[in-house]
Amino acid sequence: MSTALVYALTGTALFVLGVAGLILQPHLLRKILAFNIMGSGIFLVLVGLAQRAGTPDPVPQAMVLTGIVVAIAATALALALARQLLDMCGEMRLPEEKTGKDRLDV
Amino acid sequence: MFDPMPWLILSPLIWATLAFVHGPGRGARLAVAGLILQLALAAMLAQQIVAGGVRVYAVGGWGAPLGIDLTADGLSAVMLLLTQTVALPLVFYARAYFTDHANSLRYFWPLTGYLLAAMNALFLSADVFNIYVTLELLGLAAVGLVAVAGGAGPITAAMRYLLATLLGSGAYLLGVALLYGVYGSVSLAALTPLIAADTPAVVSLAAALMLLGMMLKTALFPFHFWLPPAHGGAPAPVSALLSALVIKASFYLILRLWFDLFAPITSVTAAQLLGALGAGAVLWGSLLALRQTHLKMLVAYSTVAQLGYLFLLFPLATGVSAEVAASAWQGGVLQVVAHGLAKAAMFAAVGAMITATGRDEILGIAGVAARLPLTLFTFALAGVTIMGLPPSGGFAAKWLLLGAALASGQWWWVVVMVVGGLLSAAYVFKVLRQAFLPAEEAANFKPLPRMLEWPVLLLALASLVLGLGGGEVLSLLGAA
Amino acid sequence: MSLNETLPLLVLASSLLPGLIIFTLPEERHGLRSLFNMVGATLKLLVIVYMLRGVIHGEEYVFRHTILPGLDLVFKADALAMLFVTLSAALWFLTTLYAIGYMEGSPHRSRFFGFFSLCVTATVGVAMAGNLFTFFVFYELLTLSTYPLVVHRGNEQAMRAGQVYLLYTLGGGALLLIGTVWLYSLAGQVEFTHGGVLAALGPEYTGQLRVIFFLLIAGLGVKAALVPLHGWLPLAMVAPAPVSALLHAVAVVKAGAFGIVRVVNDVYGVEFAQSLHLLMPLTVMASVTIIWGSLRALFQDDLKRRLAYSTISQVSYITLGVSIFGPMATIGGMVHLVHQGIMKITLFFCAGIYAETLGIHKISEMDGVGRRMPWTTAAFTVGAFGMIGLPPLAGFISKWYLGLGALEAQMPWVIAVLLASSLLNAAYFLPVLYRAWFQPRTEAWPEELIPMHNGREAAWLLLVPPLVTAAATVLVGLFAASAMSPLNWVKLIAASEYLNWMP
Repeated sequence: MSTALVYALTGTALFVLGVAGLILQPHLLRKILAFNIMGSGIFLVLVGLAQRAGTPDPVPQAMVLTGIVVAIAATALALALARQLLDMCGEMRLPEEKTGKDRLDV
Repeated sequence: MFDPMPWLILSPLIWATLAFVHGPGRGARLAVAGLILQLALAAMLAQQIVAGGVRVYAVGGWGAPLGIDLTADGLSAVMLLLTQTVALPLVFYARAYFTDHANSLRYFWPLTGYLLAAMNALFLSADVFNIYVTLELLGLAAVGLVAVAGGAGPITAAMRYLLATLLGSGAYLLGVALLYGVYGSVSLAALTPLIAADTPAVVSLAAALMLLGMMLKTALFPFHFWLPPAHGGAPAPVSALLSALVIKASFYLILRLWFDLFAPITSVTAAQLLGALGAGAVLWGSLLALRQTHLKMLVAYSTVAQLGYLFLLFPLATGVSAEVAASAWQGGVLQVVAHGLAKAAMFAAVGAMITATGRDEILGIAGVAARLPLTLFTFALAGVTIMGLPPSGGFAAKWLLLGAALASGQWWWVVVMVVGGLLSAAYVFKVLRQAFLPAEEAANFKPLPRMLEWPVLLLALASLVLGLGGGEVLSLLGAA
Repeated sequence: MSLNETLPLLVLASSLLPGLIIFTLPEERHGLRSLFNMVGATLKLLVIVYMLRGVIHGEEYVFRHTILPGLDLVFKADALAMLFVTLSAALWFLTTLYAIGYMEGSPHRSRFFGFFSLCVTATVGVAMAGNLFTFFVFYELLTLSTYPLVVHRGNEQAMRAGQVYLLYTLGGGALLLIGTVWLYSLAGQVEFTHGGVLAALGPEYTGQLRVIFFLLIAGLGVKAALVPLHGWLPLAMVAPAPVSALLHAVAVVKAGAFGIVRVVNDVYGVEFAQSLHLLMPLTVMASVTIIWGSLRALFQDDLKRRLAYSTISQVSYITLGVSIFGPMATIGGMVHLVHQGIMKITLFFCAGIYAETLGIHKISEMDGVGRRMPWTTAAFTVGAFGMIGLPPLAGFISKWYLGLGALEAQMPWVIAVLLASSLLNAAYFLPVLYRAWFQPRTEAWPEELIPMHNGREAAWLLLVPPLVTAAATVLVGLFAASAMSPLNWVKLIAASEYLNWMP
């Protein structure tokens, strides 16, 4: 098993774990953490594949750096929104929608 | 020769940042100036494409793979023109809408600017990773706009939207990573022949991931859960921008992925599945729109339904003859443009009605026909496009799609489109009917500033004119 | 753009532009609004008269505009188009006069007259349409512009009627759309041509062509009130009388019937349609509608409802005429387009006058009204006699030709249908006339809104239009053989359709 493949598989596993957490965890902070794990998984895949015939390949590394920056921005926004939600609703969970939910008896 | 492409991205970035620094008053003027400039640039770019075909530009003079390339063809030009055309009247509208809410305006102009920068960059991107970056910028700006006015409902909707959009772009990025792992390149131009030559199984996985991510971002049924609260809960100018433009950006991506990049591996079954989901969106969205009691939620569910029409393009253009595919392609893109114009007008008209009556339930707009005839007329015109009745742009698109369906023997999509049209008539007339009823005794109509009524009328008229002169748009589409 | 191309557009603009301007007028500007209305109506008539002379001398008035590659908007003022256009414009002129008088004091008049003008614009668009696509566009515009007229009063009944109206007409429109798109995908752009264009398609398409015919007729049949698609019409009676007059004599119902004429004659071609065995089912449907409408009319006490069912029955004469193979029947059907229009509008005008002046809505309230309002009731009588088919009135001419046509096509049972219908017409009109003229008044009028003074029974704006149309009913019948009659015009049209006819 080449290192690239190990990295790739680990990264994919992290991705799947992150997606599962994002969807299934009810607590907002955990959702945000899961998103970051998802991101890390993707970066791992990219970095793991960042070798062409033994020599380091700069392009995926640049992509990962960009991705990290984007993830930070996104996490910051998510945390700000979660904080606002905590102030308004008193808990770090997404409240049940009253209007707009797919209910035929709205 | 002067190249408008980088300026289409730089201009909104510049005025957005300046607007953030200078505050809401200057911000509005900067936005207007910036958008007029951008509209001119987009028109210039369209002309260049008609004259000379596909255009490429290397940012900073550094070409791919280390630098970033920008590229524009017919489809990009159409989308760029749509974006600037819809945004310009909405800027005037937003300024009037937020007159009493200086706090919202403070962040509205910069966020809108970044949103437009991201959209323009998306349509001009030449490699899949740059697309990811622009997608994320677009998503973050859109989420910010949803939350701009505050309030528990919009903040919750914004959070949901953010999580959904991050999930979508995450899946997309993993697909990009896999593609790079297999082929060693992210450039669209380079990948297309490589994929055509050889596609290991991983590439199918990458394609699926990217498409699923984009489907989530486009709120395709059954992934539409985030859209109604976000579009229905945001302030009207924001809803207009989101429903008319932002959604179309991820759809544009699906078009690029399906027809350009992954064309060799797209199967008829997958196309029919996409179409089936689109049909589900049309029917489910329309049914739910009918059940709504609040105006903006009705329009938001209408967006869910109308997006379904766009996905009918895939089964009609995959696995059929070249003529039929061309007809379906034209119909789909025309529907994108027509719906963008009409939905922006519709949300803006509804926002004006809510401002005037002070209520956002459908029952509350009784008497609007007499007091706000112009706004109702705008809503009615936009409704004509949504219903797909002649002589609107929506009808022209429907005609092309129906023709494609009948010519390729896929009569079941005909049924979907016709039933969808009738259902949308039901919910449009539900609003119109209510407006024609006499006003209640206690009803209080605030007078509306002109800017809340006239710019959106222009948008609605544009969607009508599209029905009479759609050939122009189509010739631009086919130019490159 | 040459003059020949602009004239069709002028006809459209003469009601579109005043309509749009009227929307913006403030409610109190009655005089200005009436001015725009009448100027538009007069201009339209003038342009049409000019075009009529041109068409007689063989001029062609065609306008083309490309919407999408392979899809053109075409206006072609051929003989049949001019027939319908002239009827529409003349009756619109009269109805506008009538409406100005009728709607006095009502709210939202700017909105009303605005949509009124849009409705006529859509009707002349339907009339002048040169291909199926253009026809469809204006057909749907007709639906959109008539809906606000139906719900004008804003009360619960009106809204309900509007809902039913939309359900039927949009549904019909959807069927028409499918048929049109399908036909276009098979045959390309189908321009209306005498003798039809579809015979050129190979025999492998007959199955599809049959289904398309059914779709088109179903879509058109909604507006033409063919049973069982007629449900919207009696409910739409809740609209103000000028709307009922316009809808039933000119715009909506005729547009549907006109469409059926176009489809049978100028798209399929009557000989091709006969060879596909499409005409007999249409004849049967028309006959059923004729009898059913008349039967239902018998049991209505509300005057406008009785007239509504009478319309359902009478408009199917047009369909009947077109579906019987032979020039005589076609002549009968097409000329009834004009005749039924002028007769029915007379009846509706009078019904409106009764309602406005004396509050009469039901036939049981009409005792002795002939004494109180002799001129109105005289016009009503002429219209009723025409409907029954008494010579020498207009209705007789149409029925005569339809009967001849049925004999020619060896369908004697159709004559039985015609006779039965005439008898039923007599059965539901004569008692009304008897009540009006011969039954003395025992109780007060329901609501004397306009008292009689100086021997003038009603406002002249309301009275003149029905008198004019009643006179027309008589003249058109008396002078049917003259060169200027609608009958002669229709004979010309039929002649070009049946070029290969050998009796």
